[in-house]
Amino acid sequence: MSTKVLIVAEHDGAKLNPSTAKCVTCARGITGAEITVVVCAADASALASQAAQLAGVTKVLTVENPANAHALAAVLAPQIVALAGPFTHVFGPSTTFGKDLMPRIAALLDTAQVSDIMAAESPTRFRRPIYAGNAILTVEIDAGTKIVGTVRTASFESAANGGSAAIEKASVTADLPTHTRFVSVSAAKSDRPDLQTASRVISGGRALGSADAFKILYSLADKLGAAVGASRAAVDAGYAPNELQVGQTGKIIAPELYVAIGISGAIQHLTGIKDARTIVAINKDGEAPIFEVADLGLVGDLFQIVPELEKLIAAR
Amino acid sequence: MKRILVGIKRVVDYNVRIRVKPDGSGVITDGVKMSINPFDEIALEEALRIKERGGAEEVVVVTVGPADCQPQLRTALAMGADRALHVQADGVVEPLVAARAILKLVEREEPLMVILGKQAIDDDNSQTGQMLAALWNRPQATFASKVELADGKARVTREVDAGLETLEVDLPAVITTDLRLNEPRYVKLPDIMKAKKKPLETLTLSAIGVEQKQRLKLVKFEPPPQRQKGIRVKDAAELVEALKKKGLL
Repeated sequence: MSTKVLIVAEHDGAKLNPSTAKCVTCARGITGAEITVVVCAADASALASQAAQLAGVTKVLTVENPANAHALAAVLAPQIVALAGPFTHVFGPSTTFGKDLMPRIAALLDTAQVSDIMAAESPTRFRRPIYAGNAILTVEIDAGTKIVGTVRTASFESAANGGSAAIEKASVTADLPTHTRFVSVSAAKSDRPDLQTASRVISGGRALGSADAFKILYSLADKLGAAVGASRAAVDAGYAPNELQVGQTGKIIAPELYVAIGISGAIQHLTGIKDARTIVAINKDGEAPIFEVADLGLVGDLFQIVPELEKLIAAR
Repeated sequence: MKRILVGIKRVVDYNVRIRVKPDGSGVITDGVKMSINPFDEIALEEALRIKERGGAEEVVVVTVGPADCQPQLRTALAMGADRALHVQADGVVEPLVAARAILKLVEREEPLMVILGKQAIDDDNSQTGQMLAALWNRPQATFASKVELADGKARVTREVDAGLETLEVDLPAVITTDLRLNEPRYVKLPDIMKAKKKPLETLTLSAIGVEQKQRLKLVKFEPPPQRQKGIRVKDAAELVEALKKKGLL
């Protein structure tokens, strides 16, 4: 049986989220997979042409409906289910978008979901982290069972541009509920790189001590062109907003360089940075667990080290 | 009666260092401390607070799992749940099975809402709440950090990748909790005594008409790859040099 993968595109109405290109790479890892991306939006034309450029995508389906202006799982799920018939796999990213939506799709399809796929070993066999990444589980599903999956974006490179998939309008007959309504989203506008995809991340923990003190990290990040992240402790304490949280229940990231400043390194945090190429730890406690995973460790007072670093980097 | 159902799961305590069995058949759970999944504790706390504010009259805690889940149900009763429902199930209970079982209880109890943790810290699946909402054909508000009830609706603030999103959902609905929704209360000794007298009903999957179906075969468990031990540098200047050498600056 041929493998046909449907990928649910994540987007903000104007731009495709990079998570979609990572799902494409995951699907391309399955030998012989034919990949279709579905874009559900109020106006899908610009998004569809972005998706069509992703190398490896054969077809882009668009589902246009004013109800799709905001990504509501209860509204999107029946539309995806209506399209899922011919596909063997339905994938979405393991971001808050996909985590919210994909299980709803799986339940309507009466099938299992494989969450956080980090490798597709065959069309039916997948590896995924469990216990905050402290164990890796290989799961297998019977051939012939439709599979819903969320893709752990940190495990995959983005698919390159250069493709030219056919774009097709899909007509979907599905009853869309009105019981769920979008009210607002409060996203801080920032000129810094996006935390999820940044190649460099400066991240701060409880030791920063206040929201004011946390700002020294923004200044260092700007010198490096880095995104800013935070540990759960720093977010809980109100030093940084929730969207900066890195870890088991926050964002799982894979930057080239991750600098952990004043972060002790609880396992829940470490699971979010395992795939970072180089980890730097700056902490006054030389016994902190973060040093066990750090490639470069510096024991000392962060309030002295961070300004020094900033000066040295600016002078280079 | 205005009722809230809370789903809980018994998991390896979050402080336990997880070890994979040498034969790769699972993780070591013998003699390991078990607890209520921390996100589910937050779910229960939220339900109790809603009841204390007059938004509900009864909080019913539900679990689907083996017989040894009962201590966690008793803990939930000690926290303040009014009664407990235990759907006994052996073997691996996949999220879809758990959702189907909870749906059966939803049909019986007709709650105003069901609150569950956004994920269990053992399998990290993050599926059961969404699946329940789908099967029930009701709204879902996942990853909640604030819940306000008024006029048969819930206004829920959700922690999403972009920041904070607010949804309005008609009740009944399924809500899953994020970390910052609340801080669960501590259980006091007299409450533990009282909890022993609270009703705990035991059911089975077959009695409620749910098939125990495992679709995903657990092939093997492995420890994660370890990172190479790194080096220490003595000051900021040495750090910058080391980063340059790695081509990172």
